[in-house]
Order: sequence, then structure tokens, then C-alpha cells
Amino acid sequence: MTIMRTRQAVIQALSDELESDPTVFLMGEDIGSGGPFKATEGLIEQFGESRVIDTPISEMAFLGAGVGAAAMGMRPVVEMMFVEFIGVALDQLTTQGAFFRYLSRGAYQVPLTIRAAAGAGLGFGCQHSQMLDQWFRGNSGLSLVVPSNPQSMYGLLRSAIRSNDPVVVLEHKALYGERGEVITGEAGIIPIGQARVVTEGKDVTIVAIGSTVITAKSALESQNEWTADIIDLQTLIPWDRTTVINSVAKTGRLVVIEESSYSGGWGTEITSEAVSRLWGILKAPPHRITSPDAPIPYAQELEKRYLPSTDYVVSQINELIKTGKNPAPWWEGKN
Amino acid sequence: MITSLSRRQQLSTEVGRLERMLEIRAVEESIQNLYNDGHVRGSTHLANGQEAVSVGIATVLRPSDVVTCTYRGHAAALALGVTPEGVLGEICGRVIGCSGGIGGSMHLMDASVGLMPTFAIVGAGLPVAAGVALAAKLKKNDSVALTIFGDGSTNIGAFHETLNMASIFKLPVIFVIENNLYGEYTRINLSTPISDLADRADSYAMRKEIVDGQDIDAVISSISAAVEFARAGNGPSLIEAKTYRYSGHSRSDPATYRLPGELDQWKQRDPLNIAAERLISKGAFSGSDLEKMKAEITLRVSHAIETVLASDGPSLDELLKHVQAGGK
Repeated sequence: MTIMRTRQAVIQALSDELESDPTVFLMGEDIGSGGPFKATEGLIEQFGESRVIDTPISEMAFLGAGVGAAAMGMRPVVEMMFVEFIGVALDQLTTQGAFFRYLSRGAYQVPLTIRAAAGAGLGFGCQHSQMLDQWFRGNSGLSLVVPSNPQSMYGLLRSAIRSNDPVVVLEHKALYGERGEVITGEAGIIPIGQARVVTEGKDVTIVAIGSTVITAKSALESQNEWTADIIDLQTLIPWDRTTVINSVAKTGRLVVIEESSYSGGWGTEITSEAVSRLWGILKAPPHRITSPDAPIPYAQELEKRYLPSTDYVVSQINELIKTGKNPAPWWEGKN
Repeated sequence: MITSLSRRQQLSTEVGRLERMLEIRAVEESIQNLYNDGHVRGSTHLANGQEAVSVGIATVLRPSDVVTCTYRGHAAALALGVTPEGVLGEICGRVIGCSGGIGGSMHLMDASVGLMPTFAIVGAGLPVAAGVALAAKLKKNDSVALTIFGDGSTNIGAFHETLNMASIFKLPVIFVIENNLYGEYTRINLSTPISDLADRADSYAMRKEIVDGQDIDAVISSISAAVEFARAGNGPSLIEAKTYRYSGHSRSDPATYRLPGELDQWKQRDPLNIAAERLISKGAFSGSDLEKMKAEITLRVSHAIETVLASDGPSLDELLKHVQAGGK
């Protein structure tokens, strides 16, 4: 076990896969020099320019090239410097790569990993701070994982590279600098589709991904009124229904914390499933704590407010447990 | 037994190439009747008039080379080796179709002869072909990728991004524009400020060539040079085949936008006639051989249609198969 930062866990996972499989290679903008988050630092020196390939700023070309190379038996790991950049190349992932196996009746497969820095909190403004998981949900043929700490970054990224289908890895940029213990090697690999139970409690199930796992933990630790099962989904597509439903069946209450717009958020699917499966045994209506329906502002105070804060999560859960009704979001009546 | 691979080998002779072009024409001409009889759904995009480009390409490439092609792909699929049953079966959504009836006319495929599922989004096949070429380069083999697309694709971002990247990476990929003068319903001069699209290669310091797309021998020689160039590690080429489609963009397009007399003028240079006349002029093939060949093809296509119509649609299980590796 080693202590490392999340960005170092990225480097370690990439390095371990490059080492163990000659078909793995990296491709993206400025990855040779490490990129803005130093998440590929040192790899070009270690593995050379034929396995760490710097590309022009042409996302459609190099993401699509990832699809083509993957279909020919390579395992490309394509970096999108910021997840928004996938927008100019979305066709290649969602319409081409994701459907290649289906259309070819399994003759071609696309073992392609797309790493993308995502998430708010560092003042990158509305075009470099979104999660954008909603672009991929409902799209057959691909998976999506969201690490929340150095260990899950290492373990999920290695699984993504080993997957025989396209996998999007949303790397929360506010977590790159966080430190944690990491088990490397085979023992550190985390399967796609498996949630992690972070804490066990009796009053409420809190479902979170990426940065909101941190928020959930600090909310739990900052009060003594209630205990919680905190579930880090780790994989959003396909999400671990069994772990979530079993937990909510036990606690009777479900709260989802999402760092993205209220409308169309991933929590709608979680709460809908819980209501459908557990109708009649819920102690309170499932509740979503999200960001408002607005682009992400730059000014620090507003960006902080955009994100579900620890205090806000605590007050929302307190009210839910006390009243048995959904608390109103902070922005209600303000627009 | 006839396989896609054995059919590919038939292109090694001039007679075989003529026969394939005639077959493509006959297969495409049969589609309207199949549609009228309710066997074809959605849309189809014919390539009649453009047969020499597809057959020329298939003649030069090895089956281990990979082709990405647009939704106007019947001709490319048949040229590369897919059987008439495979193509018509797919167009009719039957299990014997080359994509098992799952893809339809716009998504033909056959990995045994290097045809990736054809692309229904304009320009989408170009980046993928570059990736195929990148894989060949990384694996240090001498395979090439070839991508076939229309004049309309030269105005989409994927074209420019991919040409630029292929050039700086010196990828073994051949970009073939089938310039049939119309991007969907719009004549090229209304969408594109230049008439020789090959000139776009200049911006990317790329080898280029313009070729008469109605003359299969010219196509073969142009593609051969580009393929050799790529196999030798010298990088990509952009080839513009000047050609013409006799049908509208898709079935619902009556092509009323054509210039008066334009269609007749192009039919004077029909690629099938050019190839047949050349073969006959050499003496070893006669007009009656040609008639016999056409009759055989008519029979072959009608047999193929019988086989297709006797074939089932894919079973319900197929709907859920091959979604992801973990699936059934």
C-alpha cells in the first residue's frame, strides 16, 4: 500500500497497464508534457512517443482514431483534457464506437478508454467545470465510471482499460490533488458496475459519486442526529442496483447527492428505481440534493453555492428525517 | 462454396471486374421492386454510375486491409466480396444479411474482407480509418486503411481534422472522395467554393490525385499508387474520383435538381460500358459473351432475391445480443 495523490493514481494505473499490455497506448492533447493536471507526467519518458502520442487539437479525429485503433485490437486510452471537449467529438463515441460491436454482430469490438477531467470547484468557469454524465446515460454500448479517491481512480481506470467496450472515466479535477492509500496491482483493481459501501448506518442511505462522496462523508461526520449507509456508486453506467436497493430496504430513506443540474440528473434514475421497487416500505420520499438548473458561475462564492455543500446536505437530511417530506431546494422561489 | 473472400479473388481478372460491376448495377436495380413489394424499410442510397470506383478499390486492396465507407455502400460491399444475398438480405432485414438484418442498407459489414460496418453519419468513417491506420503503424505491419466518402463530406470537420492528423502522423490511409457533384440534394457549386476537391490536400501537405471515376483502369492505377505509397511508410493520399450517381440521394429523392442533359451526358460515359468496350476491343471477349454474362447475372440476382425472401428475419434474441461484451 502506498500513499499517493489521485493524479498519481492515474499515472500509476496507466503505467501498470502500459507495462503489462503492449496493445495499450495513450493519445491526447499535451499528454507528453503531463497536461494541465499532471495526470500523465513522466509517461512519455518511460514509454516513448509511440505509446504516449500527442495529438493536434482535433478531438473528433483522435477520439475517432481511438475507435478505429481499438477495433483493430489495440487498447487506446484517449484523454479529453476537459469533458466538455467530448462535445465536438461526441458522434465518434456515442454513435460510432458505442454501436460498433452491435452493428458488426461482435466481429469488431472497441476496447477504448476515454479519460476526461470533469467537475466544478476550481474556478474554471462554465465551459470547463461540468460533469456531463447526462451525455452518456441512456446510450447503449458504453460504460461510465466516476472515481472518488486515489484507490478508485487506480482500480476503475485499470478496469476501464481492460474492458472490451468503450468506458468513459470522469476524473473530478478537484480530487486530483487529494491523497489516499492505494493498493496497486491486481488486488487494487475495482470491477465496473460495483458500488462501494463507504459507511454503514441505520437512518438513511446516501448515494453519491465522485466529489459528492466526500461531501456525504463530511455531512455524516458533522452531526450526531442520524447515521447513514453512504454508497459510492463508482460506476454510473451500469449502476449497482442491488447494493442501493438492499441498503434503502434497510434504512427506509434515500438521499442522492449530485453535482449537476436538478433536471435530468442521474439521481432521477436512482430515486425512480427505489420508489418502484420499495413502494410501501419507504419511511420518507426519496430525495435528491443537486445543483440548480444553471450554468456554473466563476465567482468563488457563487461556485461554492452551486455545489451541494456539507451544511446544505446536513440541513436537507435533517429536515427530511424530521418531517418525512422532501425539503425545498435552496433556490426555490428565487427564480 | 462461394464466400466473400472467394468472390474477392474473382477481381483478379478484367472479366471478373466487369462482371462485378454489372452485378452491382443489377443488384441495385432490383431494390426498387423489393421496396414496392414491401420488403425494404427506411431509406436506401444507390451508387449506380459509380461502380468503377468501388470495384477498382477492391481490386487493389488486400482482404486484410480495412475499408470504412459511407451509407452509400452497396457497391463497395459487393465489390469487396459480400454476396448479393448478403447485401439484399441486409436491405430486406433478414438473418442472412451481411449484418444479420440488424444494420439495414446503411450498415453493411463483412470483417472477412475488411469492411467495417458502413457509416450513416457523414464524415464519421474518416477518423476511424485513421485509427485503423494508426493501429497498423503501431503494430508495424504493412496494412492500409482506405475510406470512401462523398464530396459532401469534404465540408465537415472530421474531414479536415483527420487529414491534418493523418498527414502529421504519416498514417497509411487512403482518402477517396467519390465526387458525384451533389451533396444530398445540393449541387457542389452551391456548397463548396472549389471544383477540384483534391486540392484540399494542399493544406495538409498531402499527396493528391484526381482520377476519372468512370474508368476502372484509371481507378486501379491511382489507388495502386496510393496504396504502395502508404505501405512503404510514406503516409496518406487524397484521391478524388470524378463520378456521378444516376439516382437521387436516397429513395425519396427524384433528383429534379439536376442540370438539363447532365444525366444523359454522364450516361455516355457509363463505367460498365467503358469497361465492356475496352474488353471487347482487346478481342478475347465478345458482345455475345457480354450478353451471356448479363443473363447469368440477372439469374444470379433473381436467385439471390428468392433466397433472401425465403429467409427469416433475425430472432428476438438478436435485439439484445452484442450490446456489450458482458451481454449474451
